[in-house]
Amino acid sequence: METSLTINGQKHEVNVPEWTPLLWALRDELKLTGTKFGCGVAYCGACTVHVDGQPVRSCQTYVEDVADAEITTIEGVDSDVAKAVHQAWNELNVAQCGYCQSGQIMSAIGLLSENPKPSVEDIDSYMWGNACRCATYQRIRAAIKSASEILEG
Amino acid sequence: MSVKLSRRSFLKSVSATASATLLVGFTPARILASGHHAGEFTPFIRISDSGTVTAIIKHFECGQGAATGLATLIAEEMNMPLDQVEIDFAPADGKKYANLLFGAQGTGGSTAMANSFMQYRTAGAAAREMLINAAAEEWGVSPNMVTLADGQLSASGKNASIGEFVATASQMEVPAEPQLKDPAEFVLIGNPNTNRRDNGPKTDGTAQYAMDVHLDGQIVAVMLRSPRAGGIMVSMDDSDAKEVPGFIRSAALPTGTGAVVYAQNTWAAFQSRDAISAEWDFSNADNRSSDQIKADLLAAVNTDAEFDAKGTPTDATQGIENAAQVISREFFLPYLAHSPMEPLTCTIAPTETGVILYDGCQMPSGAQAALSAVLQIPPENVEVKTLYAGGTFGRRATMTADYHVEAALAFAFNGGQGPVKLVWSREDDLKGGYYRPAVAHKVTVGLNEEGRIIGWDHRIAGKPIFKGSPWEAFIVQNGVDNSSVEGTRDTLYEFDGHYVGLTDDTSPITVNWWRSVGHSHTAYVMESMMDLAAEAAGQDPVEYRLSYLKSGTADQNRLAGVLNLAASKSSWGEPLPAGRYRGIAAHKSFGSYVAEVVEISGDVENGVVIEKVTCAVDCGIAVNPDIVVAQMESAIGYGIGHVMRNEITFTDGEVDQWNFPDYEPLRIHDIKAIETHIVPSTLPPTGVGEPGTPPSGPALANAIAAMGTRVTHLPMTSNGVSFF
Ligand code: FES
Ligand code: FES
Repeated sequence: METSLTINGQKHEVNVPEWTPLLWALRDELKLTGTKFGCGVAYCGACTVHVDGQPVRSCQTYVEDVADAEITTIEGVDSDVAKAVHQAWNELNVAQCGYCQSGQIMSAIGLLSENPKPSVEDIDSYMWGNACRCATYQRIRAAIKSASEILEG
Repeated sequence: MSVKLSRRSFLKSVSATASATLLVGFTPARILASGHHAGEFTPFIRISDSGTVTAIIKHFECGQGAATGLATLIAEEMNMPLDQVEIDFAPADGKKYANLLFGAQGTGGSTAMANSFMQYRTAGAAAREMLINAAAEEWGVSPNMVTLADGQLSASGKNASIGEFVATASQMEVPAEPQLKDPAEFVLIGNPNTNRRDNGPKTDGTAQYAMDVHLDGQIVAVMLRSPRAGGIMVSMDDSDAKEVPGFIRSAALPTGTGAVVYAQNTWAAFQSRDAISAEWDFSNADNRSSDQIKADLLAAVNTDAEFDAKGTPTDATQGIENAAQVISREFFLPYLAHSPMEPLTCTIAPTETGVILYDGCQMPSGAQAALSAVLQIPPENVEVKTLYAGGTFGRRATMTADYHVEAALAFAFNGGQGPVKLVWSREDDLKGGYYRPAVAHKVTVGLNEEGRIIGWDHRIAGKPIFKGSPWEAFIVQNGVDNSSVEGTRDTLYEFDGHYVGLTDDTSPITVNWWRSVGHSHTAYVMESMMDLAAEAAGQDPVEYRLSYLKSGTADQNRLAGVLNLAASKSSWGEPLPAGRYRGIAAHKSFGSYVAEVVEISGDVENGVVIEKVTCAVDCGIAVNPDIVVAQMESAIGYGIGHVMRNEITFTDGEVDQWNFPDYEPLRIHDIKAIETHIVPSTLPPTGVGEPGTPPSGPALANAIAAMGTRVTHLPMTSNGVSFF
């Protein structure tokens, strides 16, 4: 089945069954591999992308449901919030194995876009669903705080 | 290449993998001189015509920071900024790129920095001297007039980029003993403000992991494995899978262990496998449930041990019989999955002469041997392309090279004609074996009138990791697999009457090294018992531990050093606010000494809150202090998360857990803060990837004991403790 998806501002045709998870359309069909497979059951956040600006788990989002949406992946983020998050992540050396970090960053951008000055509690509850097996959490918290400060200027 | 495989040749070849992994008998000096293609300065440095320096990293990068660490050594000796050294992973070459502590190419045991420190510094210094000599020759000046800094060679008014001298310098003789930098001159080594070299690609989504490999014509393979360890497939029915779009075909494996399922893409492969039904013969499987497994292991530590690992039982019983007080506890620690964030995967593609493996390859020598044996091609015809690994915690290296063998089979049964990518799902990861073994311990300690230990009887039961493997000769002595007892018989605490006995578990459930290996359970037991002994003696847990570290050996002094540092940084002597409790634990592993204090609040019924972990580490020279700190944070989170709530359990031989919802990872709110302090040192660097894990669990247990509940069976959430 041909479905047209708008990803990072560009139209792409994917030929997959309509119940295919967006994750696999992105990764296996379009080779946008920055979005990661960690669990497939919406429980780790590694596959987080933005659909119309909102972070969603692409492993539990089906191609047929996002045909009319604006999809943004880690490859396509370039807002001021995204730049601040990248800068903070790099300055604080957050990444270890790095495999969860696309998802962490997509969630962090979502958080700061709706709440530019999150408290530690805000961060913990928003980021709860993004697992990091390397346990980089302490730096994720600090980097979100730091990105918030960068954005304040 | 094309592959024909008979069942006999396959079985022969699989057993051949076992002995092919060890390569011994070379000296680092000979290796250094073995570069010598244009632009190669030793096997560890490549410099382009334009002067770009690339560090060839012989270890894989699983998050532990080895790539940055080894690049730092080269940058330091070549006087250049770290961010100008590019990184590239070494090809498979067990001679050039051997781990000097293994004699084979691979990463493990927290050895990446320890074995590379002198080798990569020497390589950097050699490259520096070769470039300087080339410039000196060309300019007609003495080498000691020439300096090298920031990629520029200079001498009396002359200036040139190193790129200009690459061609001549790389043909020069590699100095056998180049002059290493005086540590007093270090700019990068020990600098807390250096950044990781892999930050960029790991934050913009461009880092390439094995899961990201998409080659032209590639198909995906998943495995249907026995739901019980030791089961054999009798028959299968894939007629429903034929309805799945993208399904290609399935094939039963000649080993009887299951089937390979091929599809056009990953999602189709998972769907297809779900649609296949199979019949299994479980007559040789482990059909027990967890209660039985636990009862069997506990029974084993309540009787005579199979092997004596230290002393004899009478050494301990004398003291225990004469003791003023006796403390005795049984411990049970469950099977644990490693669950790296990136599920296991690798891709094999044909080349002109053999194959190439794309993998976050932890043990290139082992993977190369496995592919060579299964595919019946010479090892040198197996290329390895090492990509970033999305974590390992030990899982990407097993004695049997399990997923490499699976990938080789999948490739072979596809006729060897095109690339085949083997993918594990998270469910495969939790159900697929190679766990941290479940273990039981029983410790009986006798204390005299003064509260001093006069007898310590320690019995352990669990499945050995190294027995029956090619490494057995190195690790197993007198029947004792050291990985089952490490951290007990070699404890740095000095007391009389110490007995350690071991009984092997023989279940077919496969086991593997798991971040800190034996220390992951022995430290929990040792440090819980030391706390119980201190309590029985009526003494402060820190003072009590220190009183057993008084012989003045360097080992004891360093462990005492981290105990004191963690205690002082956590204000150990001072009273805590109401409702706060703390516990301490210390342990040496992989050459490093770590002490941790865990501070908690709340209560066990309504939820314990982990407020803060204070960590002190002595790992010799901290090459990249910020990476050392990051590894402590990571190892503490990993240790505490599993002790809190993770276990692999069985019902009638089948794993109960299926995915993260019931193997719940540590989450961001679980630990409120971690603070790490590094002991300044000029000693050679030792491991940091694992040593932070062993003390974390017992420090938490000791804090919870201070609250009134001593937990000796894990995980805590299945044994009476809830967390907030
Ligand atoms: S892969 Fe989607 S949440 Fe884990
Ligand atoms: S950095 Fe490894 S899983 Fe998060």
